[in-house]
Order: sequence, then structure tokens, then C-alpha cells
Amino acid sequence: MTMNTFAVPELPLLKNDLSLNKIRIMAMLERMLIIRYTEQRIAKRVEQREIGTPCHLYVGQEASAVGICFALRDTDYVFSTHRSHGHFLAKGGKLDELFGEIYCRKTGCSGGRGGSMHLCDPSVGLLGSSSIVAGCLGIGLGPAFKSKVLGEEHISVIFHGDCVPEEGIWHESLNFAAIKKLPVLYVCENNLYAASAPLADRRLNDNISEAAKVHGLHTEIVDGNDVFAVNKAAVEAIERIHNGEGPQFIEARTYRWLGHVGYRDDIDVGLRDAKELEYWKERCPIKNLEKNLLFNTVCTEKELCELHEKVKEMVDNAEKLAISAAEPDSETLLKNVYSKGVISQ
Amino acid sequence: MSIVRKISYGDAINEAHRIALANDSKCFVIGQGVNNPWFVGRTTVGLMEEFGSERIMDSPISEAAMTGACIGAAMAGAHPIAFHPRMDFMYLTLDQVVNHCASWNYMFDGKVNVPIVIRGIVNRGGEQGAQHSQSPFGIYANIPGLKVVTPATARDAKGLFLAAVNDPDPVIYIDDRWLYEVEDEVPEGHYETPIGKANVLMEGKDVSIIAASFMVKEAQKAAEEMQKEGISCEVVDLRSLKPVDMETVNKSVKKTGKAVVAIAEWAFASVAASVAEAVYQENFGRLKAPVQMVTLPDSPAPASRILEESYYIKAEDIKRAVKRIV
Repeated sequence: MTMNTFAVPELPLLKNDLSLNKIRIMAMLERMLIIRYTEQRIAKRVEQREIGTPCHLYVGQEASAVGICFALRDTDYVFSTHRSHGHFLAKGGKLDELFGEIYCRKTGCSGGRGGSMHLCDPSVGLLGSSSIVAGCLGIGLGPAFKSKVLGEEHISVIFHGDCVPEEGIWHESLNFAAIKKLPVLYVCENNLYAASAPLADRRLNDNISEAAKVHGLHTEIVDGNDVFAVNKAAVEAIERIHNGEGPQFIEARTYRWLGHVGYRDDIDVGLRDAKELEYWKERCPIKNLEKNLLFNTVCTEKELCELHEKVKEMVDNAEKLAISAAEPDSETLLKNVYSKGVISQ
Repeated sequence: MSIVRKISYGDAINEAHRIALANDSKCFVIGQGVNNPWFVGRTTVGLMEEFGSERIMDSPISEAAMTGACIGAAMAGAHPIAFHPRMDFMYLTLDQVVNHCASWNYMFDGKVNVPIVIRGIVNRGGEQGAQHSQSPFGIYANIPGLKVVTPATARDAKGLFLAAVNDPDPVIYIDDRWLYEVEDEVPEGHYETPIGKANVLMEGKDVSIIAASFMVKEAQKAAEEMQKEGISCEVVDLRSLKPVDMETVNKSVKKTGKAVVAIAEWAFASVAASVAEAVYQENFGRLKAPVQMVTLPDSPAPASRILEESYYIKAEDIKRAVKRIV
């Protein structure tokens, strides 16, 4: 089988170029761990058939969401995809509400009406995620469009996968943002796969960022498993946006450890090579960050252990709360088809 | 409402834009050909001069991205008006409109509503052919989460527009170029025609003609002509196709016992079919004749003037339908 990788250094060299302080770094690590433990817990429950909603898990890609979202303010907006758990948690969505939604409970962020692929928390700029490939390439322009027309400060971030540039609206969106000089940051998380189809089977050349550049966007390719590199690219891109340089494009090159959906890694069914997964697991964004922190004596082994324990407990508690929460009442079925209590036809 | 004067349907839409834009700083307008009378008649011409190019914008030829951008802006609290000079091109936006705009308030449990107006113009005739002639009302009325309005008078063109702009939910506002020069009494200043309320335009006792958009004018014409022949028709203007006001429709049918539904759309799986079905449900034992449908032939629109003559339905078709059952 073909090994799907990028031409990147043998192992990432994490460099804290922005001189982030320890509190900030540990907060980023904690957020990555929350995503990792949450996704692994969900995978386990999917396997046990305790969770029914289709879960597209983010294990392996944590540095991308966290690196980007740590460069944002609460008032900035983030739009995401079917694989949205990581973006939701990175932007500050509540863990309890995530588990509530995954268990389709009343307490979920979408009241059990959205499920795994439709998470939101407007209080931190999460107006929703779409499970339609490229769906957010249109609506994600919206807050930036509003910002531009009404003279506001916020920006809009549109996370999308590497198959989205194969959709027509990707080109429409980039051109629209460029011609209107909208404050949009596109983040293409290139994990080398669209469901089970490798990038090399879908695209003649490895040129997603070049295509973005043709539309007039400033582009940058980063190691998506290096949280420092992603964060630095985001901080610099956002600075350019605020300087009036228009929309920006970051391609974060990464890899998802699990299959397209669910708990399996899809190696047994021949969809990818075990060696390929091993290659990428060596490039684990969390393990490498921890190694780096220990090597540079930013923190101790003990501190890391304590952090892991703390996060595991958070995940335990959030899950327990969700399991014990009430399910939606069937008489509310038609609620919120329209706002303000208008009844559906 | 103060002094009542007569202005045209097209000018009433223009006036409604000016009032909405002056009253609401979060309101803005974007579409293709915003200053181009060949695209929009007079409905948005002059707005850019008055409100500036920051708020009145021409769009790149990207129906999906432009409409999506407006939907997203509405999610973030703006009140955008996205217009399409021909409804035919709105099919390019359906993913953004159906999967996103219409589902959003429900999918996120009421946390993110979408106060957008998506305006589509019906522009047909003149040998324009299949892709420049459509009025697919039923496609939008079929979607939970959308509201659909189709003004037939200048007064409602303005009133429904202002109601749509102030509505917290997405409203598909569909106006018809064949009505642009029709004049009627339009109050000055701000007023709203309530969404979801039909209007009895002519009272009668023999047959109820239930119509929408351009066909309302044809229904009135038919009713006036038949009056001379001693047939008394009641004309109900639906005004909103979703939610549709069956209360007003059924009240009329209860009185007349006979109904003709006249809407310029394809009949199968249409608004007209849904209205007829709802009439049967409510008036089964009371109906004195089967409900008659006056709708477009089940074919794409032709180009040839001769074929167009047979394709588009008019007052004569309504008269024929009425006469089948009186």
C-alpha cells in the first residue's frame, strides 16, 4: 500500500517562537488533552454502542484546533465541519454541553436536536457546524461580511478539510472574501483523507495552498501537529487581517488516527496501511509537545501526570452528567422550527 | 399610515427598501445588478446613491457564496437582503438555503436564528425559455424553517417586504416583474402586511378563487368578467405561501362550497396541490364540486411566442375552470 505522508522533517522541531509563557503553554496542552481524552472516551462508547450519533473523531489533529483558537478572541467566530468536537472545545465550548449533545440529551449544546455534527455555543462565537462538505464555506463568510459592512472588529474562521477545495463553493468563497477584503481566516486541515479516499487519488498535485493563493489570499503551510507553529501562523495571519490585508489561508498538515467515522482505524479493512498510522503516531502532537516541555524544563513529569489526571476526571464528570441528564421531551418535537414560538405548518 | 396615494408595485418595493435601510442600521442589500434596470426594474435602483456602497452592493457571480455570506451574517445578528434577479439562479443556492439557513434555528435548539430576506424575482415571457422563466414556489414552501411570501399588490409588496425584514426567521420574498407597473394604493411610511395572513380581495358567493402572486390579478380580472355573466366569485389572495392561511381559505370555501386554486407553478407536489388537499380535508362533505387547479403545464417553459401563449395561464383559464363547476 502507498504511505500517505507529506514531505516534512523527520520529526517536528517544536519552537516556541512567540515566547509563550508557561501558563499559556500549559493551558494549550490542557485543551489538547481535553480533546484527546474526550474523543477517546467517545470512541470507546461508540464501540460499546452506548453512543448512536455518528461521531467523526479528531484524535491526532488536536494541535490544529488549539493552535488556531488560542490566537482568537471570544468575539471572533469559528465555523466547523462534521469533525467539530475539537474546534468546539478549543474555542471554549463547554465540555458538559458537548457530552450532553453526543448523548443527545436535553442538556446538550443543541438540546439533542443537533447530535455530534452540530455543535454550537454563540457565547464564544460558535454559531454552529455543518456536516455538509463545504457547507460552512458560504455561511462562514457571514460574520466577516457583517464585520466589514457594519464596521465591526471581529473575524471569522472557517475550518475545513482537504477535500473542500474540490467543491465549487470553496472557490466562490475565497474569491468573494478576497474581492470584498473580508476578515476571514481559512484553515484547511489537510489530514490526507476525504473519508477513505487519499488526497493523491483526488487531486493531481499537492497544491491546495497554491490554489488559494491564485484567489488572492496570503497563504501559509504549517506542520499541523506542532501547536506552536500553528499558533504562530494564526497570530500572524490575524495581524495581517487587522492590518486590512484581507482574507488569509493556513494549511495545517496533519493526520487523523481513526477512520472517517466511529472508533475503528480502518486498517483491518484495508483502507490504509498500519505503517502509515505508526509513522503518524510518532508525530503525535501531544506527546511531542510534552517531550519538548520536559526537555526545556518548562514543566516536570509530576506536573504532566497531574494534568492528565485532572483532565481524565473532567471527562469522567462531564460524561456522567450527560448520562444522567434527561432526554428531550417528545412533545417538543416541533419547537424551534421557527423562532418566537411560531408553530410549524 | 398617513395619506394614501397610488404608486407602482416596483416603486413600492423600492420604497420598502429605503424605509428598511433608514430604520435599521444592521440592514444591507446585495445582489447581481443592483443598479441595473434590466435586472431589477426600478426596485433597487438609486439605493446605492442614498445609502452608500458599503450597504448596497453588487455581487460577484457566486450565488451560493453570496447567499451563504448573507445567511451567516444574519446568524451573527445582521439583517441582510440577498436578491436574485431571476429565481432560476436560486437553485445554485439550495444547499446554503435548505441545509443551512432553514435548519439552523431547529438544529441548534433556537440558539441561532437567521433573520434574512432572500428575494427572488420571477421574470418570464419574451421568449426567454426554460432557464429564465421559472416560479418554483413549492420548492421553498416545502422546506420547514422557511417562510415564503408572494405579494400580488403594490400595497402588499411594500408591507410584506417590511414584515420580512423585521421577521426573526428566514423569509423567501418572491416578486413578479409582470406586476412591476401595476399601481394601487400604498400608504406612506412604515407598515407591515402580516406574514401568514391571506386577504379576501373580492367577495362573492358562488366560487372561491384562491390565487397567489401574478395570478391574483388574473383572478380579479376573471371575477369581474364573470360578474357580468351572473357568476359571483370570491377572490382570496394567499399573500403568504408558508405559513399558508387555511383559516381564511376555508372560511371562504365554507361559504361558496366550490374552489379554484390558481397559482403559476407546476402542479405536481406544489403549493396549489397542498392548498387543494387542505381544502378537501376541511370541507369534504361540504364541497359541491371537485377543487379545480389552474397551474402551469407540466413542462419546462418554451421560448416561442406561440408556445408561450399556450404555456402561461391567464384569466381565461380561470374562467374556464370556474365554468366547469358552476
